[in-house]
Amino acid sequence: MELSEFIAQIVNGLDKGSAYALIALGLSLIFGTLGVVNFAHGALFMIGAFCAVTLNRILTWSHVVIDETKTDFLGNPLKVNVPYVNDWFGVETGAAIIDWSVPLAIVFSIPVMILVGIIMERGLIKHFYKRPHADQILVTFGLAIVLQEIIKFFYGANPIPIGAPAAFAGSFDFGTMFGFDPNTIIYPYWRIIYFFFAALIIGAVFAFLQFTTFGMVVRAGMADRETVGLLGINIDKRFTLMFGIAAAVAGLAGVMYAPINAPNYHMGMDFLVLSFVVVVVGGMGSLPGAVAAGFLLGILESFASMDTVLQVIPGINQVVIYLVAIIVILTMPRGLMGRKGVMEE
Amino acid sequence: MSILTRRGLLKSGAVMGAGMAAPTFFVNQAHAYTNAPTGGSVTLGFNVPQSGPYADEGADELRAYELAVEHLNGGGDGGMMNTFTSKALKGNGILGKKVEYVTGDTQTKADAARASARSMIEKDRAVMITGGSSSGVAVAVQALCQEAGVIFMAGLTHSNDTTGKDKKANGFRHFFNSYMSGAALAPILGANYGKDRKAYHLTADYNWGYTTEEAVRTSTEAMGWETVAAVKTPLTQTDFSSYITPVLQSDADVLVLNHYGGNMVNSLTNAVQFGLRDKLVNGKNFEIIVPLYSRLMAKGAGANVKGIFGSTNWHWSLSDEGSKAFVKSFGEKYGFPPSQAAHTTYVQAILYADACERAGTFNPCGVAEALEGFEFDGMGNGPTLYRAEDHQCFKDVLVVKGKENPTSEFDLLEIVEVTPAAQVTYDASIFGGELGACNPGA
Amino acid sequence: MFGLNKKDTRLMWIVITMVVFAPFILNPFPETSGMAQFNAGYPDLMQRFVIFGIFAIGFNILFGLTGYLSFGHAAFLGIGSYAAIWMMKLLTMNVIPAIIVSIVVAGLISLVIGWISLRRSGIYFSILTLCFAMMAYALAYSVLTPITGGETGLQPKLNDPRIFDAPLAAGASPKANLFGLQMGATYELKLGGWLFVINAGYYIAGLLMLAAFYLSIRIFRSPFGMMLRAVKSNQQRVNYTGLNSKPYTLAAFVISGMYAGLAGGLLVAMDTQAGAERMFWTASGEVVLMTILGGVGTLIGPVLGAGFIKYMENIVSKINSKVLHEWFAFLPDGMEDFLVAVFYPFVGKGWHLTLGLLFMMIVIFLPGGLMEGGQKIADKFRNKKKNDKDDSAQAAATPAE
Repeated sequence: MELSEFIAQIVNGLDKGSAYALIALGLSLIFGTLGVVNFAHGALFMIGAFCAVTLNRILTWSHVVIDETKTDFLGNPLKVNVPYVNDWFGVETGAAIIDWSVPLAIVFSIPVMILVGIIMERGLIKHFYKRPHADQILVTFGLAIVLQEIIKFFYGANPIPIGAPAAFAGSFDFGTMFGFDPNTIIYPYWRIIYFFFAALIIGAVFAFLQFTTFGMVVRAGMADRETVGLLGINIDKRFTLMFGIAAAVAGLAGVMYAPINAPNYHMGMDFLVLSFVVVVVGGMGSLPGAVAAGFLLGILESFASMDTVLQVIPGINQVVIYLVAIIVILTMPRGLMGRKGVMEE
Repeated sequence: MSILTRRGLLKSGAVMGAGMAAPTFFVNQAHAYTNAPTGGSVTLGFNVPQSGPYADEGADELRAYELAVEHLNGGGDGGMMNTFTSKALKGNGILGKKVEYVTGDTQTKADAARASARSMIEKDRAVMITGGSSSGVAVAVQALCQEAGVIFMAGLTHSNDTTGKDKKANGFRHFFNSYMSGAALAPILGANYGKDRKAYHLTADYNWGYTTEEAVRTSTEAMGWETVAAVKTPLTQTDFSSYITPVLQSDADVLVLNHYGGNMVNSLTNAVQFGLRDKLVNGKNFEIIVPLYSRLMAKGAGANVKGIFGSTNWHWSLSDEGSKAFVKSFGEKYGFPPSQAAHTTYVQAILYADACERAGTFNPCGVAEALEGFEFDGMGNGPTLYRAEDHQCFKDVLVVKGKENPTSEFDLLEIVEVTPAAQVTYDASIFGGELGACNPGA
Repeated sequence: MFGLNKKDTRLMWIVITMVVFAPFILNPFPETSGMAQFNAGYPDLMQRFVIFGIFAIGFNILFGLTGYLSFGHAAFLGIGSYAAIWMMKLLTMNVIPAIIVSIVVAGLISLVIGWISLRRSGIYFSILTLCFAMMAYALAYSVLTPITGGETGLQPKLNDPRIFDAPLAAGASPKANLFGLQMGATYELKLGGWLFVINAGYYIAGLLMLAAFYLSIRIFRSPFGMMLRAVKSNQQRVNYTGLNSKPYTLAAFVISGMYAGLAGGLLVAMDTQAGAERMFWTASGEVVLMTILGGVGTLIGPVLGAGFIKYMENIVSKINSKVLHEWFAFLPDGMEDFLVAVFYPFVGKGWHLTLGLLFMMIVIFLPGGLMEGGQKIADKFRNKKKNDKDDSAQAAATPAE
């Protein structure tokens, strides 16, 4: 195995891991603060990606112009959709606005996702704090199905491609910086941005919890909700907002993921099991654990997909995540950094 | 909605007649074959994916079936029934019985598909099951239909297994397969990319992926290509970056993506993201190949498909009379052109009906006999043979390329070559398996 | 009777009656009426009701009694299926060896997985079981294709060895049977507009389901069952009293694994096909949902939950726009189209939406699952004689964690 291959897979792992870590962070936040097993978290990720799709649809809102020179599949004059932005700002500016729909969607999605999160918490989750985890699983799973079916109803089952802005197309050849041959270790700009974006969000969430009064109260509430309540602090309101923030984190992970893989309505379910494994490997009740586990599993998954590894152990790429999870949980009773007594009953 | 009638009303006559009659074994004495239609109608079972990743493909199949039923019952403009060389169908249903249908959801899972098919056979008395969007489902439902004694007209299934090692006497496939894709693609690839290429395969880690990889490898290696590596990727994989970066570091100059559906959309998108298409290796442009294309997948992959070669069963831009008639009646009814899945299911429904007419019975053995060795034309793929030995259709295969300048959201692929049937025909025995005898059930 | 107390005997009789008369109970609508769409009394669905009932009863022995939430039980169902289909390919199409071997193999595998997974509790246990099941699924779908059939699964073939069976007659295909009685053998009873289907396979599966149900009552009422409940309410206290709880929980795990194996074997016996999707996490999740939906820890709740989900999957998914138009055909055109448009998103391809909404509604309004709903209705009829509640209802009132 060449060194360059090895490095490339570590980069891949960090890139994959940043998506896992972002989703797991939001999930763990909800576990930790509210004690709720949220099976709808994957759906929040998916809704985030569809925020990008929706904004793109809004920006490309069109009227029909008939082009007599061309014909459509039935031989009638071709109807061409012309986006209104082209009329308002001229073709070039219009195209540029549409091109930048994913970065714009970040701004668009934050209030939307916080709102979705707050509605979910106030409307549904809050009634389930005292209920058994099994009931929480059932109701959030039901909600996840409903949310994804609604998306399927409006957008169909086929993936919908959403490109990153043309400015970010292409790849960065950072292998040459370290003396490797050109074109051996290259990485698409957008994936590099995804990684730094994820790092930024993760850092922001930690800073928020660590350095603000609000965060302090929430952390205190995570440790002992009743005592904080007795101190006369309205912990409920803060927990609601935390749920909104967790939803926004999942949503942002989704928005930014849209150009990497075309969003489809079941992408949340694809990530759901994986994100639970990540959270548990990280250890229940530990946010740093969730992030660490995300990167760990991302990197190991990347290594397992190498041909040289597969030649030795066929099929290891199919099971590596589960195998690692089993080993971690068996050797470390509470995952990497879990707290004692959290969901061990 | 004048074409719709109440199934209840039609059936009532027959049931009233039976009235309080003594209980009968329907297993043996009552009929010569399973679910023999008794009233003035015959029920077909349309078993398509309505949930899961292939739901849109399933929806298109269902549209085509509804169109076929309309045409069989004499409604609409008749579509391909007018261009079909066999003139047995008269537009009065099948054998004078009005065509009714039931629908079900395969969920693209073998178990769910069989449950759905069994409910059609046991509850709705369907005499034929058709549809599906994966080989796993096709093989499972085909085996069920063999056991139950009804005809299975496969929908979209591309694995060699369906009419190879898992073939069944009651099952028929119109769609092409992995072998044909390989055989049709190789000459075009040779002509465009040269005969000394180094190929890197990424293969979906399940049966269809294996047969496709094998077909493409065999046919490209035969003309001088070298296979550098073939790496298996899990079906559940969504991000293919860790499979793409090793390609960059190998000395391969062609990447073959033996993926379908969501796998293909994601792996192709990722490959283009990593700049594979801008790469120059061994002094040649790096190229990507997708052995099996569909328009819906091309739509999902967006601009990434531009210039990428692949094969497909049928495309709406074909200019023969049959295709034109089908595109016209489908497009006028639904407002957009049909997909290849829609085409193959429409044709399957019409071929079944026609076989019943020619056989003069719905008995699966009679229908199978009428289909075996049946030669026809006017259904979009040129002269076609339903081969008797393995119940596989042999017809022209299309080699297509992602279009550089699409004029609409449907205009994504352009036809590069129509490979004649003779070039993709193979010996029926090469994939093993046993057809067995037809089973009329009952 | 049968060593059961009065209430349990009554429950047993209710279940026996339900199983025996299911072909009639499930076909309440005349075949010619528009409502026939809702009839569920055809062999495939009836078989699935009892088979998934067995699966859920077994799952409930683990989850309902010990509180250990396994998220990988579908693995045992799948392994049982593979064991059964291989018996049919190698030995005989008679279902007896297939069923016995599927129980034994699933039991052995669950012993290994249980022994490892039970070293942890709570969500760590759930994730361990989930990981094992997902590994089983992923491998069965890909690298184990030579033994599992991979994507296409396994079916009996004409050229299988089947060493105990006489060679097939020309043109015949192998069919699952019990000493010659085919699982598909069906007797059709026409009474007026009604059509009732009496199917051999269903009654064989139903008989096994009754045995499984009886065994589960005995386990619930036994000292062993008491011990498991003690583990659920406070495992530490049990350990402090000097008892090692692990053998008890492991036994419960293996028993429920064998139930799952039996269900898997029966699936193959009724419909000769085994595939890897049976082990996917959604299949494991389904049995969890069945149990919670019906009522965790109640005797009959899981069976109802299983019936509910399978009914939705098989009946609601088949209602298409054509059927809707037929239903509302008596209305004026505009009205008809409007109602069809309203209902259409919830049926046919939208059946998942209805399922999700019902999950939410049931768990919001009936915290104890369907059993609690039944209990509430029964209470109304009994004029709220609280002391008349039976044990199962009490269990429903204290949901499991």
